[in-house]
Amino acid sequence: MTLLYTDVEEELRAAVRDLLADKASPSAVLDRADSAAAGGTPYDAELWKALARDIGVAGLLIPEELGGSASHEGGASAREAAVVLEELGRAVAPVPFLSSAVLATQALLVAGGEVAGELLGRLAAGEATAALAVSFAASPYAPPAPVAILGEDGTVTGTVTGVIGAEAADVLIVPVRLSQGVGLCAVEVPSTAQGAVRVATVASLDLTRPVATVSFASAPARIVARAEGLELPWVWEALVRGAGLLASEQLGVAEWCLTTTVAYVKERRQFARPVGSFQAVKHRLADLWLEVVGARAAARNAAARLAEAPAAGPLGDEAAVAVAVAQAHCGAVAVHAAEECVQLHGGIGMTWEHPAHLYLKRAKADQIALGTPGDHRDALAGPAGLPAPL
Amino acid sequence: MRVTWDEASVAERARAFLAEHDPAATDRLEFLRARFDAGLAWVHFPEGLGGLGAPRELQAVADRELKGTPDNQPGRIGIGLGMAAPTILAFGTEEQKKRFLRPLWTGEEVWCQLFSEPGAGSDLATLATRAVREGDEWVVDGQKVWTSSAHTARWAILVARTDPDVPKHRGLTYFVCDMHAPGVEVRPLRQITGEAEFNEVFLTGVRLPDALRLGEVGDGWRVAQTTLMNERVAIGGTPSRRTMMGVVAETWRSRPELRTHDLHQRLLALWVDSEVMRLTAVRLREQLAAGHPGPEGSGMKLAFARLHQQLSGIEVEMLREDGLAYDDWTFRRPDTVDFIGREAGYRYLRAKGNSIEGGTSEILRNIIAERVLGLPAEPRADKDVAWKDLPR
Repeated sequence: MTLLYTDVEEELRAAVRDLLADKASPSAVLDRADSAAAGGTPYDAELWKALARDIGVAGLLIPEELGGSASHEGGASAREAAVVLEELGRAVAPVPFLSSAVLATQALLVAGGEVAGELLGRLAAGEATAALAVSFAASPYAPPAPVAILGEDGTVTGTVTGVIGAEAADVLIVPVRLSQGVGLCAVEVPSTAQGAVRVATVASLDLTRPVATVSFASAPARIVARAEGLELPWVWEALVRGAGLLASEQLGVAEWCLTTTVAYVKERRQFARPVGSFQAVKHRLADLWLEVVGARAAARNAAARLAEAPAAGPLGDEAAVAVAVAQAHCGAVAVHAAEECVQLHGGIGMTWEHPAHLYLKRAKADQIALGTPGDHRDALAGPAGLPAPL
Repeated sequence: MRVTWDEASVAERARAFLAEHDPAATDRLEFLRARFDAGLAWVHFPEGLGGLGAPRELQAVADRELKGTPDNQPGRIGIGLGMAAPTILAFGTEEQKKRFLRPLWTGEEVWCQLFSEPGAGSDLATLATRAVREGDEWVVDGQKVWTSSAHTARWAILVARTDPDVPKHRGLTYFVCDMHAPGVEVRPLRQITGEAEFNEVFLTGVRLPDALRLGEVGDGWRVAQTTLMNERVAIGGTPSRRTMMGVVAETWRSRPELRTHDLHQRLLALWVDSEVMRLTAVRLREQLAAGHPGPEGSGMKLAFARLHQQLSGIEVEMLREDGLAYDDWTFRRPDTVDFIGREAGYRYLRAKGNSIEGGTSEILRNIIAERVLGLPAEPRADKDVAWKDLPR
């Protein structure tokens, strides 16, 4: 296991970065956010197609036998997905990679079976995009009970809030209550039944990855997996693995903020000097750099541990600790980096026109997503040998 | 013939050495000298100088094979091992390397560092200790401070001003100072822990032969950079058996009556910080092993100092009434530097030095900002002015 980047990972990064430089410049991303706020789709379908199909990022976590590129013998893994997320974070790119190729894909991988296999094949090929109909604010340590119900007639009814990527989804992966136990369903969009699935984008803090309310009204569904009781192992596994990989997105966000701010304070002059020559400014950036260095080590560690874990779970203790450490650290680092970016840009950092706010909004939303840093710290009490007060 | 060393061949050499030198039947010092001569002292040093010319990471293999045999008490000779040795290796003459490195490594000769002065701390290059050439000798006058091990040291690494008429960085020369020479006076400097790890060293008419000069006349600043770089690595990067996190966690576990929710949240955050620091160090070592030393090293000491201070502070607070006590204020002169020490109060006070010694955290932030991030330096009044004309 290494915490460095392999040559293959660097090649993948270069391909993704080139594409994003071309198609997801800050002004293009801001334009899309503006049009989404006015009722347009928040995601860039053309860019997603190029990433998913041409570069093949949609299948990085899907095993080769199901049409993806993942394997334990030299194929892709969570490490490659993490590198893609770093680049997507650096560009706050409006694509449904985390929602489809990580969260929905992980839920299907853990669920397994024929329906999951068929869906994963379509996802890997870039023919379909999926979303996991679970709140993005759900903590893996307290996964929500399913709110939708699978009826006797095989249709799903219910409303799920806080969902990411649903606007871009061809298929929604929905945790459901059954008459006995719980299950995971696949609902195709648009539904064969008129008006059976509604995706309503909510005015969201994060302009580049808004949340939506997804409503099902007797929507025809296929059952992917079922389990006794009320526990949803597929959802837990998807959330915790997603949290581990989200750390790499947070690293990318933080790196953009640091790099952009450093470049700005070298140029911006006040009192006849670059503002970056004042120790009050440079010491803050040195501290931030150190946080980002730590974020890279923690995010790489989480990705490497996830890459070693069996695709279908359950995750081992070492990987779970690596995920919690990465989230506890990287979530806060991304927010701090974005806040420093706004502050050290001065007035321009407060404007709509400068992209800093896109990163601040993404960082703050990511801090809540898939467990807050506090949730992840609490989960470490056992492994750290620091038991709670009696 | 050029040998390429790997794990197996180093292990093999260490086992062969042990077969010839039974540690139980050999005098301790003889054993250490033989280990040095076998190239198993620091394998990355050249052959004949205690090493094999092997990659640095193979030292762990030699240490593993020789575990349990007499060691050189690295706590006593940290300055020699961490600072003097790499500087002598980089700038010493063949004669100097042959003379100094073996007894340095075996611990027969302790080293100390005569750098800081009362008037030259963070701004080390402004130091005022003078060395004036007289024939084949240099006559040294001045005062040094924060010198750990000066009272046990046989030798010191010394930076002195040899030319006051040029800007401060250019007029310095680096020497090995004989601590037994007439005119060297060592006085203990008591610190906030009650102990005196450090000393003041007064140099009055100390005569050093030119053969003790390390590097060129006027090149002392560049030589000192090598020392300082290694010092930061030594302070920030050494994995110790007893970590501050481990010590504080042990207190937490053994004293359940002291636990509160507030302390629990703060301790968990610090546990995450220490884990992140550990992972950063792992990644840094991987980069070094791959031949791509990253700039991460500059940050390790900064992170280490902050973590030590926060953890030791929380421990004293956690102890409540026990935190009001201090185990012992006796004025001692320990011959090792101990960051963990005896009890929480000592740890708290000693940790205050972690952000001062070996480059203050403020100077380290400047270094990161200027050398890693490329930010411009503050305007300076001392750059092109002869040292003697600097405002004081």
